[in-house]
Amino acid sequence: MKQQAAVIGVGQTRHRARRADVSIAGLCREAVDRAIADAGVGLADIDAVVVGKAPDLFEGVMMPELYLADALGATGKPLLRVHTAGSVGGATALVAASLVQAGVHRRVLAVAFEKQSESNAMWALSITPPFSMPVLAGAGGYFAPHIRAYIRRSGAPEHIGAMVAVKDRRNGSLNPYAHLQQPDITLESVRSSPMLWDPVRYDETCPSSDGACAVVLGDQAAAAAAEAAGRPVAWIRATSMRTEPTMFAGKDHVNPRAGADAAAALWRQAGITDPAGEIDAAEIYVPFSWFEPMWLENLGFAAPGEGWRLTAAGETEIGGSLPVNPSGGVLSSNPIGASGLLRFAEAALQVMGKAGAHQVAGARTALGHAYGGGSQYFSMWVVSSTPG
Amino acid sequence: MTDVAVVGFAQAPCVRRSDSTTSGVEMLVPIFAEVLASTGLAKGDIGFWCSGSSDYLAGRAFSFVQAVDAIGAFPPIMESHVEMDGAWALYEAWVKIRTGDADVALAYGFGKSSAGDLRRVLALQLDPYLLAPLWPDSVSIAALQARLGIDAGLWSEKEMAEVAARSRAAAVSNPRAQVSGEISAEELGTRPYIAEPLRAHDCAPVGDGAAVVILASAERAPGLCARPAWITGFEHRIDSGSLGARDLTTAPSAVAAGRAAGAGAVDVAELHAPFTHQEILLREALGLAGSVRVNPSGGALCGNPMFAAGLARIGEAARQIMTGRAGRALGHATGGPALQQNLVCVLEAR
Repeated sequence: MKQQAAVIGVGQTRHRARRADVSIAGLCREAVDRAIADAGVGLADIDAVVVGKAPDLFEGVMMPELYLADALGATGKPLLRVHTAGSVGGATALVAASLVQAGVHRRVLAVAFEKQSESNAMWALSITPPFSMPVLAGAGGYFAPHIRAYIRRSGAPEHIGAMVAVKDRRNGSLNPYAHLQQPDITLESVRSSPMLWDPVRYDETCPSSDGACAVVLGDQAAAAAAEAAGRPVAWIRATSMRTEPTMFAGKDHVNPRAGADAAAALWRQAGITDPAGEIDAAEIYVPFSWFEPMWLENLGFAAPGEGWRLTAAGETEIGGSLPVNPSGGVLSSNPIGASGLLRFAEAALQVMGKAGAHQVAGARTALGHAYGGGSQYFSMWVVSSTPG
Repeated sequence: MTDVAVVGFAQAPCVRRSDSTTSGVEMLVPIFAEVLASTGLAKGDIGFWCSGSSDYLAGRAFSFVQAVDAIGAFPPIMESHVEMDGAWALYEAWVKIRTGDADVALAYGFGKSSAGDLRRVLALQLDPYLLAPLWPDSVSIAALQARLGIDAGLWSEKEMAEVAARSRAAAVSNPRAQVSGEISAEELGTRPYIAEPLRAHDCAPVGDGAAVVILASAERAPGLCARPAWITGFEHRIDSGSLGARDLTTAPSAVAAGRAAGAGAVDVAELHAPFTHQEILLREALGLAGSVRVNPSGGALCGNPMFAAGLARIGEAARQIMTGRAGRALGHATGGPALQQNLVCVLEAR
């Protein structure tokens, strides 16, 4: 049966628009060095490495993990490269976790990165091969109609998106690693920023970031050893992944079944019957502000059409009943391939009590969530301060 | 942890140019139907799906996302993807079954090399700052490796031609092979070089294809296959990406993976060697005795669909067991320039 697994170390880079001070290898190594130091282990203690990143066209390097093997300390070890679109950072953590849960390895290093400044993501997403539907205006143009559908369906007031942006950017200003540092952002400034893809304004959109995240996962013995040495760990209580096609008759882009199914399986596995009551902090993949209320519903934190009420009431702020993205989330840092792993890692930091200025007081159980493709790839985990 | 067995395998014809899109759907649909029929499974019985492919080969972002259309993934499925040969997707599927999250899993790989210039595309796998800008193509890098081995006395052009002749003769009985035929090593040795010391027969043909393998837990396997191919060792390793830092006449990652997986004492081995000298190198690295039958399918030298050929090697090795032609078999897959990354799967009958 499944072995216990836990996060025993977390590291990330300072995310910026352009990290011209480091190569791709240097960027990854910055996160890896922090993660293994945090775990109190050396690279020699790592049994296998799992690498995740979004499309290779984002840097213009085919399968960059091949060139990165030395920098990641993977030479002579097993290395897996995961790619599941925007959810890849989450999938990377889940593949690494499964290696421990299957009893194959004791300590696994998960690394995810994106160095967007090396290429142009908008271009990479806009290549139109034969027989494929063009995305044209990048991710924002693709998702804006789904957001409009959500607003129409739920009757949400139009300022909800701006409220999410203000909250996440202010949270990001509490996180020294976050790309955007905007402590003075206001509802008025967001609502007067340029409209990019109606109804998504400039300040409601994720940035393009260079950044990396690394997580060390350990088995029960490795986690117990860390705890005995006074290092808190985050026990993995449940994991879940689901996929559905991009387009099909009856696809619900606002509330996709793959996300709802993944969440239902996750809560069941974790023994959670009241997610809104039992989750102390949630790191949810929100690249455009309106996805906060949409995913609150998809994840089962609120009934369909009601998610925006949590946001409106301030319940998703730090100090609210369900803090969402205390780290600042994807709206504050978006190294795409790493963005999912950052959500998973920030959830772990919360239950380890190591989130610093954006710590949710007393957080014991947290959600990490990522999605990708045309709202069709979902990965998530629940971590706790105790094995549960 | 449960034991896991291969219970099904299917492969699309290896062809120079298929009518498929680069997302592989047209190559995958028929082989999904074939492998499900052979095991009596329905789509809904698959607890975990995992694929291997490359966006760069497809010339676009997210090619694997469109490949999911070959499944018909609604209701939603548990699925993942590696940007590697499908053999590593099979590894992930094997891990998944061992966690207990699935009892039947399907791995697939696909590649349409005909959509681009493969030799140049693969140059983009190299160090992007120092090496890739020089565009050293994949055949030229393999030629450097072949030359180093010849100079070290590890193999000769004659022995390389013998590998090609034996592979092509074996492929005559493989209806999915792209290249086959009876031709002598002596005659091959008179052909012109394409990247000295490599001649055309020393290099895998460029082409399109796909492969699929189904795995099942100890509980499920016997009901799905009369003679399952039980996995007794499944290991992979990677070497440095810096070509100048490696001894190219061997592959430490293959040696280590083979040792950990128990590569010795097999009846037959399917080696993913896209160049003739690499078969000789791998036989040595994996410690295969001279009596081991190598590549009865013809191997990658007779059909090398990128991101599927490694998975097909494991499928072919498993088929040797499932059809009773071997008791113990080895499947091998490689990735990266000059055998940088290697995977070994050892299978046996029970």
